[in-house]
Amino acid sequence: MIYCGRLDVKELSLNILDIAMNSVKAGAKLIGIHLCETETVLEIDITDDGCGMSEETVAKLSDPFFTTRTTRKVGMGVPFYILAAQQTGGDVTIDSIQEPDPRHGTVVKAVFHKDSIDFTPLGDIVSTIVTLIQGYPDIDFEFTHQVDGKEVRLYTKEVREQIGDIPINSLEILSWIQEYISEQYDSNNP
Amino acid sequence: MKSIEELAKIREQMKAKMALRENEGTIRVVVGMATCGIAAGARPVLNTLVEEVNKENLTDKVTVTQTGCIGICQYEPVVEVFEGDNKVTYVKMTSDKAKRVVAEHLKGGKVVEEYTIGANQAV
Repeated sequence: MIYCGRLDVKELSLNILDIAMNSVKAGAKLIGIHLCETETVLEIDITDDGCGMSEETVAKLSDPFFTTRTTRKVGMGVPFYILAAQQTGGDVTIDSIQEPDPRHGTVVKAVFHKDSIDFTPLGDIVSTIVTLIQGYPDIDFEFTHQVDGKEVRLYTKEVREQIGDIPINSLEILSWIQEYISEQYDSNNP
Repeated sequence: MKSIEELAKIREQMKAKMALRENEGTIRVVVGMATCGIAAGARPVLNTLVEEVNKENLTDKVTVTQTGCIGICQYEPVVEVFEGDNKVTYVKMTSDKAKRVVAEHLKGGKVVEEYTIGANQAV
């Protein structure tokens, strides 16, 4: 059973966290979160190299009553996300290649129209990235956010190269990552 | 402006400190981070727990981890505290409540009864 006070999520960054959790559950070693923004459109691509899904499973993802309790791979998360995109006039497309194909993984592409009255603000995306790294220190994350040609970027592989055997999810490193991303946003929008 | 190379300095500073961190924490704090938890506000609760546990210097004793759906979605955000064979389930958590749990339970050893599922079961 899923019960929430509201049937919507107030920040897209929370949807992104939720969708990325599906990649975690799919056993991904690398998860990409790439945002590309213009004045009117926000495109969000979430990619992983996890186990992938069959075409049949992908087709069922938009159904809120499709959930596999045993694996808990999908619940209301994907339908919420699709709804958030469609209510702005955008959409979500999901492409997946299942194991044992060596190219296995999933790509979730979403387009949001920012000028729609039903556009949900992105919210605290930095917190979403830090939360993922905190919970899943063994997974590599690649985050980029392009706004009008300027890019904010955090690749955990680059962080790991510097910190060696210091755990990436120790607070000192997480705080640094949080400030590092926030500073990039600030300098892009002085 | 921060540069990625700055991390090498932090690494040096932390090396000494890391050597002191021998034990995995004996208290495990688990936050439900499925759709239900996230929608109900689990992200700030988790982040507050991580920060407060560090601020109170409890990292030797306490590890904060994430999990999926705990199965009591109507009580989210849910935080479970495991210590030995004991489990305390805190429900309908907020950042402020998380601060109290760190100070009184994780640091002080006294369960914050009013936030537990037992005290919140009447609907």
